[in-house]
Amino acid sequence: MNTLFNASLEQLSTQLAGKKISSTELTTEFLKRIQQLNPEYNAFITVNEEMSLAQAQAADKLLASGKANALTGIPIAQKDIFCAKGWLTTCGSKMLSNFVSPYDAGVIERFNQTGSVNLGKTNMDEFAMGSSNETSYYGVVRNPWDRLAVPGGSSGGAACAVAARLAPAATGTDTGGSIRQPAALCGISGIKPTYGLVSRYGMIAFASSLDQGGPMAKSAEDLALLLNVMVGFDPRDSTSLQRDIEDYTRDLQKPLNGLRIGLPKEYFAEGMSKDVEMAIENALNEYRKLGAQTVEVTLPNTPLSIPVYYVLAPAEASSNLSRFDGVRYGYRAESYGDLGDMYRKTRAQGFGPEVKRRILIGTYVLSHGYYDAYYIKAQKLRRLIAQDFTDAYKQCDIIMGPTTPTVAFNVGEKSGDPIQMYLSDIYTSAANLTGLPAMSIPVGFGDQHRPVGLHIIGNYFREAQMLNVAHQYQQTTDWHQQSPL
Amino acid sequence: MQWEIVIGLEVHTQLSTQSKIFSGASTAYGAAPNTQACVIDLALPGVLPVLNKGAVERAIKFGLSVGAKINSPSIFARKNYFYPDLPKGYQISQYELPVVQGGSIKIEVDGIEKTIRLTRAHLEEDAGKSLHEDFHGMSGIDLNRAGTPLLEIVSEPDLRSSAEAVAYAKTLHSLVRWIGICDGNMQEGSFRCDANVSVRPRGQEKFGTRCEIKNLNSFRFLEKAIDYEARRQIDILEDGGAIRQETRLYDANKDETRTMRTKEDANDYRYFPDPDLLPLEISPDWIGHIASSLPELPQVREDRYVSELSLTAYDAAVLTSSREIADYFEATVRVLPTQAKLCANWIMGDVMAQLNKEGIEIPACPIQPDSLAALLTRISDGTISGKAAKAVFESLWHGELNKDVDAIIAAKGLKQISDDGAIDKIIDQVLQANPQQVADYRNGKEKAFNSLVGQIMKATQGKANPAQVHAILKKKLEQ
Repeated sequence: MNTLFNASLEQLSTQLAGKKISSTELTTEFLKRIQQLNPEYNAFITVNEEMSLAQAQAADKLLASGKANALTGIPIAQKDIFCAKGWLTTCGSKMLSNFVSPYDAGVIERFNQTGSVNLGKTNMDEFAMGSSNETSYYGVVRNPWDRLAVPGGSSGGAACAVAARLAPAATGTDTGGSIRQPAALCGISGIKPTYGLVSRYGMIAFASSLDQGGPMAKSAEDLALLLNVMVGFDPRDSTSLQRDIEDYTRDLQKPLNGLRIGLPKEYFAEGMSKDVEMAIENALNEYRKLGAQTVEVTLPNTPLSIPVYYVLAPAEASSNLSRFDGVRYGYRAESYGDLGDMYRKTRAQGFGPEVKRRILIGTYVLSHGYYDAYYIKAQKLRRLIAQDFTDAYKQCDIIMGPTTPTVAFNVGEKSGDPIQMYLSDIYTSAANLTGLPAMSIPVGFGDQHRPVGLHIIGNYFREAQMLNVAHQYQQTTDWHQQSPL
Repeated sequence: MQWEIVIGLEVHTQLSTQSKIFSGASTAYGAAPNTQACVIDLALPGVLPVLNKGAVERAIKFGLSVGAKINSPSIFARKNYFYPDLPKGYQISQYELPVVQGGSIKIEVDGIEKTIRLTRAHLEEDAGKSLHEDFHGMSGIDLNRAGTPLLEIVSEPDLRSSAEAVAYAKTLHSLVRWIGICDGNMQEGSFRCDANVSVRPRGQEKFGTRCEIKNLNSFRFLEKAIDYEARRQIDILEDGGAIRQETRLYDANKDETRTMRTKEDANDYRYFPDPDLLPLEISPDWIGHIASSLPELPQVREDRYVSELSLTAYDAAVLTSSREIADYFEATVRVLPTQAKLCANWIMGDVMAQLNKEGIEIPACPIQPDSLAALLTRISDGTISGKAAKAVFESLWHGELNKDVDAIIAAKGLKQISDDGAIDKIIDQVLQANPQQVADYRNGKEKAFNSLVGQIMKATQGKANPAQVHAILKKKLEQ
């Protein structure tokens, strides 16, 4: 395989800066590869060669003028949840199957400003609701390690694109594990930063208090470069945080001597499959070799994460998705009677079953008479879950565990059983409920040679430390360099 | 049976910000449909609200001016329902923790003062407009108004008649304009009332079942709708019926209210805190800053006009009916601090009459307070008579002679004769020419005195100072 496809972002950047290759050539190479392999994987919903190449040409001018940044000229696959001006932006739904965004999301703007190239819009679970990418209106995405397996979700297209080397890097969003779970299942690296670091403006809302954008790439080092672009205050997002600019690469080389890794006993209990456990144990041993020590910590409210998540996320979603009513844009039923009929038919035809299920759950938990018992109670429990982590961080610097309880399951295996599907997020949803930064890196393979991800949860704003911890591991192992093709 | 009417009002005031409450689009009224709706107002996928601080500032102003508590934090909540002119499928409002809590407003009806308690005032966004005409069986949507900032001011059920309700609404209307948070334009919908009306047998403590009458956009409709509704409810109860809790609409053409929706088909709005907006924190510093910029409130000023300027309660009330009138009066009286009554009379009389005649408001008055004060100065120092002053007023109004009062007086020859010697001479001439009237007066006919004054004024073409004429004439007749 062309070494370009396995190259790190830094290597690509060096080649671009050294005029070894132009952005136009690089972009063309990836577009060709997408054209060749996407039919097999279905990782992209939209590819627009003309628009991508126009950006590549602009990047080449920037490179020639010497005004280039680290990611100038590098093609990045964008999750189809980010509105990008002039691009079809579907969010994986029939509801937005005709929606061409007239504006750029904050994240897209930042990539444009740095001169990187939008390589295309990646497939995803419909409105980011799913853990397998099976709920997409645009069809299931295949796991490049095993075409029978799901890539995970909701950022399944992004994870697949990076793993199959269809893109040097990608963006994702994470509401309950939607960056980390597919990263783990596809054997790549992905990070969900602290809530509020990445602008949500133009990122189509699923559950506003949980949604957070983040990068997905081959290595921690690549993630750091991507975070340097993606993180930043956006006055158009009231939950965006105003903080000093950080260089997320600054601590990559720090040794890990004395690092205290907390291992929550609740994560290493029943539920985790043997093959995953073995890969995680190996990874932890590697960390001990690197000078870190492990301590047992407890997160007693861990079993509440999923129930709390599945009250709050649908509650917010039921309201966030009300705007998709067929009145102003998007899909509208072809024939209908009165206004109520137009609403009913549009939403019945425009949304898939998983989205409808969550709208129903959310509407129910917010209803008069149930609000206190569900929504208010869940908010209280959410604070207890956060307190667990505050207590745990008194004994450790960073928390580790498995990203998912099992390796990737087969397409169709869980799609008929929502509860089983929801349990895929058992380890990941707490980071969204608390707003903590969390990432997944590949640490080996389990059954059927499907990848296993190590989950790293940091304290608030400790992304640089987490990337250091991940990078040091990736300096002594090569799981992150393995590619399925 | 004697019935008592119980009314509570919810008033939606449109706040006078340049841009919308959660977006940067303009709030100006009357633009072509959908030209003032940005991506946020259209609720495109992915857009987010950002709170307009100007709207919060106006809410705080209101809270401070009615002695309410300013809540910090207060919470924005989503009110969920589907309607084509509600782009997001929810309205951002405040529910459990409004920005303004409590407070009260004093009203006066038939000379009796009453305090009306406020429950709360909360910030929210307006919806767009559905247009049902001109679309051949379809409906049009205009989202220019969507996202316009509103302060919904809710009273306790303390009002007991339509007259009280109107007095309350008028006082509120004057207050929000006074403190500059709302233009009060009722035709454009900047100030709209919903009335909650119930009746109960006099003496009964428990409230009757209430009906809410929506969207009353004039004081007259407010009064008529309440009167009709109270009568309707009393008739039902007297016939042994029961009131059904519902929302009603007032039809001004038929002068009646009719059912809009009943409690059974009321929406479950599924309020919950808006996760896109942080709790609204208001620092004591911010409140302090706003408090110090607040103008003197109408009630305070009204009291001061009575206690310090010795105006009657009636005059004080009229002069403080709007901030513009009060400021005009204030600016005039500043030049003539000892002549408050004279200033009041002229403003409430000639100035108001002329404004009404020309259909303009006081800010557009062609005579500025300093010009009026210059004119009144010439009355009080005896340079011109009150009658001559009216002629000068006319000239000022039409902008003659650069609105220079003294120049107008000189040009029109309106200066009074205040020289004792000159008046003396003229009086002597008149007395000589009218011996009969002199005799009549001395024989006790008081009327003859006025006739002589008339003669004297005529002889001076109205320019003699009447007070001097009176005094000198009296002295001469009684010699």
